[in-house]
Amino acid sequence: MPALLANPDAQFVLWALIKIVVILFGLLGVVSYLTFAERKVAGHIQARTGPNRVGPFGLLQPIADVLKLFFKEEFIPAGANKVVFHIAPMLAVIPALVTFSVVPMGPNFTVTDLNVGLLLFLAMSSLGVYSITLAGWSSNNKYALLGGLRSSAQMISYELAMGLSTVGVLMLAGSLSLVDIVHAQQRYWFIVQQPLAFIIFLITAFAETNRAPFDLPEAEAELVAGFHTEYSSMKWGLFFLGEYANMITISSIAVTLFLGGWNGPWLPEPLKFLWYFAKLAALLFFFMWVRWTFPRLRYDQLMQLGWKVLLPLALLNVMVTAVGLWWAVGR
Amino acid sequence: MIPLLFAAFAAVLVASSLLVILHRNPVTSALFLVLAFCSLAALYLLLGAEFVGMVQVIVYAGAIMVLFLFVIMYLNLGHDVEGGVQTTLRRGLGWVVGAVLVAEGAMLLARGMALGPETPQSPPPPGGNTGAIGLLLYSRYLFPFEITSLVLLVAMVGAIVITRGRTTPAGPARAAAPRAAAPRAAPPATPAAGPPGTEPAGAPAEEVHA
Repeated sequence: MPALLANPDAQFVLWALIKIVVILFGLLGVVSYLTFAERKVAGHIQARTGPNRVGPFGLLQPIADVLKLFFKEEFIPAGANKVVFHIAPMLAVIPALVTFSVVPMGPNFTVTDLNVGLLLFLAMSSLGVYSITLAGWSSNNKYALLGGLRSSAQMISYELAMGLSTVGVLMLAGSLSLVDIVHAQQRYWFIVQQPLAFIIFLITAFAETNRAPFDLPEAEAELVAGFHTEYSSMKWGLFFLGEYANMITISSIAVTLFLGGWNGPWLPEPLKFLWYFAKLAALLFFFMWVRWTFPRLRYDQLMQLGWKVLLPLALLNVMVTAVGLWWAVGR
Repeated sequence: MIPLLFAAFAAVLVASSLLVILHRNPVTSALFLVLAFCSLAALYLLLGAEFVGMVQVIVYAGAIMVLFLFVIMYLNLGHDVEGGVQTTLRRGLGWVVGAVLVAEGAMLLARGMALGPETPQSPPPPGGNTGAIGLLLYSRYLFPFEITSLVLLVAMVGAIVITRGRTTPAGPARAAAPRAAAPRAAPPATPAAGPPGTEPAGAPAEEVHA
């Protein structure tokens, strides 16, 4: 055993496993309380109290919810493609978890500093389409299929603008590593130089996570429940988990790219990670605030906004940034 | 460690590639192709080509295969259609091309060329190879790079022209009979002020309907 522990490969694997377990369970805990926070925020916005029966202030509500989900009947529609039907919910969670491996939470508080971290994020967000498309298709249900179709069109359209909106940050930081990008923001955050890119990123983030006002894939008034109409029990729970995990991941990336990551005044170096968590919490609250105050877009409005407004604006932002950099360096 | 991971991902790659062509259900085949692309990306990562690995996932698994899957799903292709001349032709062509490929591989193996050229084992640059690729792309290979993007642009414009060509002229084509004799110079924006005899009241209604 000591010989095995001395092996650098074994140490590497062990450390990686420890980090993965910590991040995984941390994220699951945050997700469950994020659902609670969402309901509380919704209640506050709609002038009611929200869940307050289970435990003090309703704090045990997420546990009750999860228990309920586990004990529900699991239903598989007759004409469903069984294998794909099982795989789709897993694919909803995995990309979000993988992306979290490159998010720098504090100085020396990253799972891995990959030198193509931002590309990993883009790759994983492009894989996120699969879960919803496959779920919609394998359910053998017309509403689910329509929801999946809408969602894939939406996510493919908004991915382009999202990718382009990060290019300005890349040019300023000169690196694809998220840790380097955070280090490059020590003097001021990139939102100062890239306000337009931040707004575009935020809007596309709503679309990528299928949150209101871009929640057309699950528009309940038109599509019953959208792509997860036929899902029940913990399989549905996985989609729910995936949505919130995606929200956390994409907010983390927004914090890293535009809001300076763990950079902030006052706190000593070991406590800087608190800044990251504070910014993340603020962004997550913004996500909920938007959800409970904005109406849903119509489908043609969604496509118009994505292709005719956000994409040209993102391209323009890249050009302006390039010219500005050339001018600043050339002087 | 790395050879072990390499073997594992290579095995997944070979197995999923085989399943792509052996599986009967097109959707499952497409999903195995996605798995193959992802394990190929893992192999790139293990070889120290992070940029190529990530781009492999973004472009192939994230974009191209999604479109493939789209087409397969929404055309509702069930199982392969068996029988017919086309299938026989396809089978025959498959055998011929397969035989050529196997012969090629056997020849390469016989001559001992299968291992390929030895790559220099220099340590990767500290910032990874992304910067190096970018520099080469925008200096030495600028012309091919721009030509490639131009080709893609042409393909995109072509696709738009084809789809629009099918939908927009359908309206005027149906209303074309009375309008065919009208002089081409009449501006379409002011149909009410057009020359007499072109039924200005009917034509715009048709267009709105289309």
